[in-house]
Amino acid sequence: MIIPHPLLGPRDAAEFVYLGDASLIARPDGLAPDAIDQFHSYTYLRDNPAGVHRELWYHEQGDRSWLVVTRNTLTHEILSAELARDVARAEGRSR
Amino acid sequence: MTQNSAQPGSKPQPNRLSHNGLIDQSRSLNFTWNGTQYQGHPGDTLASALLANGQRFVARSFKYHRPRGIFSAGPEEPSALVQLRSGAAQEPNTRATVAELFDGLTATSQNHRGSLEGDILALNDWLAPFLSAGFYYKTFMWPAAFWEKVYEPFIRASAGLGKLSMQADPDIYDHGYLHCDLLVIGAGPAGLIAALEAGRAGARVILADEDFRPGGRLNAETHAIDDAPGHAWATRAIAELASLDNVRLMTRTTVYGAFDHGVYGALERCTDHLPTSGGKPRQVLWRLYTKRALLCAGATERSIAFANNDRPGIMLAGAVRTYANRYGVTPGTRVAVLTNNDDGWRTAQDLQSAGVTVTALIDTRSGVSPPKNADRIETGCAVANTRGRRGLGQISLTNGAVIDADCLAVAGGWSPNVHLSSHQRGRPTWRDDIAAFVPGSELPQGMSVAGAANGTPTLAAAMAEAQTTTRALLQDLGHSATGADLPRASDEPASISAFWHVKAKGRAWVDLQNDVTAKDIYQSQKEAFRSVELLKRYTTLGMATDQGKTANVLGLAILAEAAGQTIPETGTTIFRPPYTPVPIGALAGRARGKDFRPYRLTPSHKWAEENGATFVETGPWMRAQWFARPGETGWRDSVDREVRMTRNSVGICDVTTLGKIDIQGRDAAEFLNHVYANGFAKLPVGKVRYGIMLREDGICYDDGTTARLSETHFVMTTTTVNAVAVFRNLEFARQCLWPDLDVHLISTTDGWAQYAVAGPNARALLSKVVDDLDLSNEAFPFMACTECTVFGGTPARLFRISFSGELAYEIAVPTRFGDSMIRALMEVGKEFDVTPYGTEALGVMRIEKGHFAGNELTGQTTAAMLGLGGMVSKKKDSIGLPLSQRSEMIRDDDLRLVGFHPVDKGIDLNAGAHFLTKGDPEDMAHDQGWMTSVAWSPELGHSIGLGFLKNGQNRMGETLRAFDPVRGKDTAVTVVSPHHIDPEGARQRG
Repeated sequence: MIIPHPLLGPRDAAEFVYLGDASLIARPDGLAPDAIDQFHSYTYLRDNPAGVHRELWYHEQGDRSWLVVTRNTLTHEILSAELARDVARAEGRSR
Repeated sequence: MTQNSAQPGSKPQPNRLSHNGLIDQSRSLNFTWNGTQYQGHPGDTLASALLANGQRFVARSFKYHRPRGIFSAGPEEPSALVQLRSGAAQEPNTRATVAELFDGLTATSQNHRGSLEGDILALNDWLAPFLSAGFYYKTFMWPAAFWEKVYEPFIRASAGLGKLSMQADPDIYDHGYLHCDLLVIGAGPAGLIAALEAGRAGARVILADEDFRPGGRLNAETHAIDDAPGHAWATRAIAELASLDNVRLMTRTTVYGAFDHGVYGALERCTDHLPTSGGKPRQVLWRLYTKRALLCAGATERSIAFANNDRPGIMLAGAVRTYANRYGVTPGTRVAVLTNNDDGWRTAQDLQSAGVTVTALIDTRSGVSPPKNADRIETGCAVANTRGRRGLGQISLTNGAVIDADCLAVAGGWSPNVHLSSHQRGRPTWRDDIAAFVPGSELPQGMSVAGAANGTPTLAAAMAEAQTTTRALLQDLGHSATGADLPRASDEPASISAFWHVKAKGRAWVDLQNDVTAKDIYQSQKEAFRSVELLKRYTTLGMATDQGKTANVLGLAILAEAAGQTIPETGTTIFRPPYTPVPIGALAGRARGKDFRPYRLTPSHKWAEENGATFVETGPWMRAQWFARPGETGWRDSVDREVRMTRNSVGICDVTTLGKIDIQGRDAAEFLNHVYANGFAKLPVGKVRYGIMLREDGICYDDGTTARLSETHFVMTTTTVNAVAVFRNLEFARQCLWPDLDVHLISTTDGWAQYAVAGPNARALLSKVVDDLDLSNEAFPFMACTECTVFGGTPARLFRISFSGELAYEIAVPTRFGDSMIRALMEVGKEFDVTPYGTEALGVMRIEKGHFAGNELTGQTTAAMLGLGGMVSKKKDSIGLPLSQRSEMIRDDDLRLVGFHPVDKGIDLNAGAHFLTKGDPEDMAHDQGWMTSVAWSPELGHSIGLGFLKNGQNRMGETLRAFDPVRGKDTAVTVVSPHHIDPEGARQRG
């Protein structure tokens, strides 16, 4: 596959390491009273869609950017690739 | 027919047509077939040279060991699989039809016991009634005891065709990467037009063709283009393409797979046509990155099923033309032609004009008037059966006529080569008018199809389609076509009326390679294996090296006939890469032996080699395992000595391989608090702290030390094997979880050479190394760190940390000083009798000291199990904190890391033994844990162990069984503290 890196342009998928569902960005508060329940869902429960999927890829053989790649798992069509840091900030993550 | 005049010293080639062919008949090449020497000419394949020499019977079939001949003239060949070359270069299962002849080629037939002609396994043919479809599944079921003793050895002995040399492949293979605007797959008439259009327009073009002579069917037919022979036009087109800098012409290159996003795989056979590779890569596996691709892969002819249609001499009609027109060979002296379409007529025509006797032209269609190019013309009938044990001699027709023929050319229609178009799951669609599947609407991204591959089989139409399609692609890519006219060509007659199967007594072959007959397909249908996918697996139709190129459509048509359905109702299988076999050697490329993956050498490697080191792989690194000295008789001698000398005086170990991550920024301390389970925010400048890292599921996966060099600057170490994973996880935390922390990371593992200096004399030794630094315990205590210089100005970092349990330091210098540093340290240390030590002594000392390592970090290990549950801070949010606190992970009676001594001190312990309470049964229900690491302790004088034991912290002094059924051992052991020596840590703090 070819991943359209937002900074570096088209790059071969072999340069990347795949992690999984981009929902891993939405890490709950580890000090919340119900943290164990929340982290159980965060760590173990994922959707596994046959179709459009937002997923995390790490440009390990490149600039070390984590990307959120929106990809159709049936056709491998890549609909977008964003810097994960921008996505995290847009989701309200900060410090 | 004219036989060529023999050159001096060469035998006549009885079937050579002296005035025909695109070969150089003025020169002869010698080759050996089954031990006999023959001659061919430059431009021949092994198949054409064998046919020229009258060799029809060249193989035994897979299952029934029936005599088989050469069936095709291209990559689709199902029958003529041979072994090429000898010794280590021996290559089994090679298609004779694509093996280029060279002087000195040796080839042998395969899949027979005894000679090719006298194969004793031909007996299988008499057993055929018992070997029909699915016989494996029915026969090898019972009795169960027969499986290992009888069935498996029998199946293994029967499986496969050729034989491996069992020696290492002497050749080298390479991988390559290319980019282009347009990849044209196939250099037949359509592909040449496309490449010319795109090349003249200035696009970056790759034109790949599997043949050694580009031109496709133009080389095999007598078509005229611009009033000249088609092959002459092809030669001119190739010359023009070769003159264009933006066109890369790749012959002997098979595009074998269409992958995601315009990536194609191609195999270039660079030296297969030469006697030796001469040190150059034999084959190159190319990865082609394309913006657009045009599939001009042509079409493959298929056969017709009738009784005994597999004899040597029965061939595809197009192949017979190829041999006559391209290679100047007639496959027989009395040739009959069977056809269901106009294209078959041309075989009779071309043979007759070459002077070959055509005994009959049989057209299955009624009401057609084939040209009179045969001794007799039969229409509305077909071949009912054939005779000739080792090769065709006679055919009988459905109308009762019997005709002499030593070659039968069968024209069953052409199937477009849709393979690459369905590599992304696109399903081909059926076209009744040409009785063939064509590429469907869902093509791989960026792919178009033109010419015969697209169901446009006639010459002028194929070229016109290629031109139109290419112009549209060029427009997409922003190039403008030059508007050159198409060369003049005409469309040959190509009308077809589907005809598949002559139903009569006797076995009618569908898949020659797998010995699948029409009867097998009927049987599969009857036994309810009715979907195409099940048919394939039940009968093996379409499997193995040819992947059913000549068989699939015929098999599908017969399945449809058996089911009383149409072909579109019956469906089709799709294709996966590779289009033709790709050798494992090419897939591996240079990644063989020690080059299988990259490995790294430490800065002291050269010095270690000079000093008798034995090396061991640790992660990606080669590390010194021990340093043998003269007189030492085994590794234990060296390791015991290294431990004793270190504990008695001082030892040095290269610890460069531990991962090093430089962490800087105003929020670096807060960041470390998030990634380590224990607290780091309050670590003072100039101090080092030990930390453990958890996965988000609460399991401990790595540990190491982090030093604070300034308020905003930390240096982290990781274990050797996890250096990459930890860095990746830190980047994830930094970019995805806490994106606004001011923190920056860089891996400096390669930037610093680092040495542990351990032992009671470590301070004395280092005092002679560092410049102006007070190393006293007061000024530089345990867990202190500083930046400093050594040997009069060389920059360095000094950490007072200890893995061995001794008074110890780690000193780091920039990597370029690593070699001189080890030499200097050893020189300075002479007065202390300093010893280098390797990973074995390192391991002994960490086990003596009770430190855990890879053996203990199994991916199921909690901090509590390591006795470090209290280190996990609950006052801050760190990765893994919440799930590490689940009730099952902090149970008091869970496994705990403890130490073990053998009750009989003379017995050596073994890792992997399981602990049992005395008197309990030996089963998993009573399992108490297991031994993880063992060593022989020079200090204690006996074997010691570490292990996980249920409720271990409360069982000190208890005697258990270390039960080891794998090694047949059962040892009484006493539970002790994991800190076998110096449990208070007085030495490292001294």
